[in-house]
Amino acid sequence: MSEFLHDFFDMPSDLQHSWIGLVGLHLREALLPVAAGLLLALPIAQLCIRFRWLYPPVLGVTTVLYAVPSLAFFVVLINYTGQTELTVMIPLAVYSLVVLVPAIVDGVRSVPQETLSAATAMGFGPVRRYFQVQLPIAVPAIIAGLRVATVSSISLVSVGMLIGNQGALGNLLHDAQIYNRPELTWNSVITTALLAILVDALLVLVRVLLTPWMPSGSAGRRQAPALKDAAR
Amino acid sequence: MNVLNFVNAFFSDSAHWQGYDGIPARLGEHVQYTLEALALAAAIGLPIGLVTGHYGRGGNALSLVATAGRALPSFGLLVLMTTLLGFGMLPVMIPLVVLAVPPILVTTYEAMRSVDPSPVDAARGMGMHESRILFQVELPVALPLILSGLRSAAIQIVSTATIAAYVSLGGLGRYIVDGLYQRNYEKVVGGATLVAVLALVTLALFWAVARVAVSPGVRRS
Repeated sequence: MSEFLHDFFDMPSDLQHSWIGLVGLHLREALLPVAAGLLLALPIAQLCIRFRWLYPPVLGVTTVLYAVPSLAFFVVLINYTGQTELTVMIPLAVYSLVVLVPAIVDGVRSVPQETLSAATAMGFGPVRRYFQVQLPIAVPAIIAGLRVATVSSISLVSVGMLIGNQGALGNLLHDAQIYNRPELTWNSVITTALLAILVDALLVLVRVLLTPWMPSGSAGRRQAPALKDAAR
Repeated sequence: MNVLNFVNAFFSDSAHWQGYDGIPARLGEHVQYTLEALALAAAIGLPIGLVTGHYGRGGNALSLVATAGRALPSFGLLVLMTTLLGFGMLPVMIPLVVLAVPPILVTTYEAMRSVDPSPVDAARGMGMHESRILFQVELPVALPLILSGLRSAAIQIVSTATIAAYVSLGGLGRYIVDGLYQRNYEKVVGGATLVAVLALVTLALFWAVARVAVSPGVRRS
């Protein structure tokens, strides 16, 4: 058993990382793009809310970009950014927009008019109203979007292996084959899946912490509208 | 534009248009994988989503299944299944179906849940049988959303089916994987373009299906 565990976590030296190192690398390659996507999605969503006519074309463009396969996206970017981490992270950031923009737009739009009027009557300017009223109320929808974006991002990083071993835990898949060590494949799949589930649970926790006013029982129902956009 | 030159070179080479490694053959394989995986995923996801959505139960269980399905990395699963089952269609179908079931399942469930309850109650009051309520009242109203779930599943399958080439099957991924190993950038970009175009065609196809299949009354609202 201990021998098996030793083999299981014994990383081939060509990866130049320990198992923990690969996990860290994987998280960085998966989470940074989602964070960048969120930073981009917030202003885009705000523009879509301000100018309603903008929303359908923005949805169209993001859907079309999402249709570009990750491998194809990576390959085209090699021409500009080389076989680097950045080449893996740019497409992931673009993909996260498809989920995040509708989630934020729906979330912010779901704020009742009375609440907005109350905020205005209390003397909130548009900026303060956005950050202190609209965004907090939209948190459940935004987190629902973030969950889908993060989980699929973590899963997609592995494909980066195909472009010059930039797939973090995905690199194990290649080494498993060239060194004939199937336990490395198991390691890659199990670790990636566990990472995704852990990060997902962490985001649920963040939502519970950020929205203390919501009864935890109805939390599942509240996020439902975002789920349907997020289902992609 | 460097990339456009490569694309042009790839498509204007007549050798790329014939034989077992020609564009028509590879495109056919890719479409075949996509349709098989989508049919399997729909056969699993649609009935479960329709029934659970109709009765409004099991939403939490479904979201658990969906999260688990998404959490499994398609590429890793492909390599793992190939190690376990050997080369063939089955190890490719498993990750593709696992990838496509969550969006179909969750969207179908949500679509059924979001149907306005008053027409459903009216139908029930008129004495309609549950199965008729499901197929004649709820399904037509929920159809646009259900189709959007199928659409995102189909697009994900189209783009992910490229990795089938990594375990020595055909499809458009062949060009990308072979091209990367042969350092033949023209081939890689050509393959990537073809996959992207196929994904866009899928998008257009679903848009057309929605135009035809969704009843005008539902579309207007």
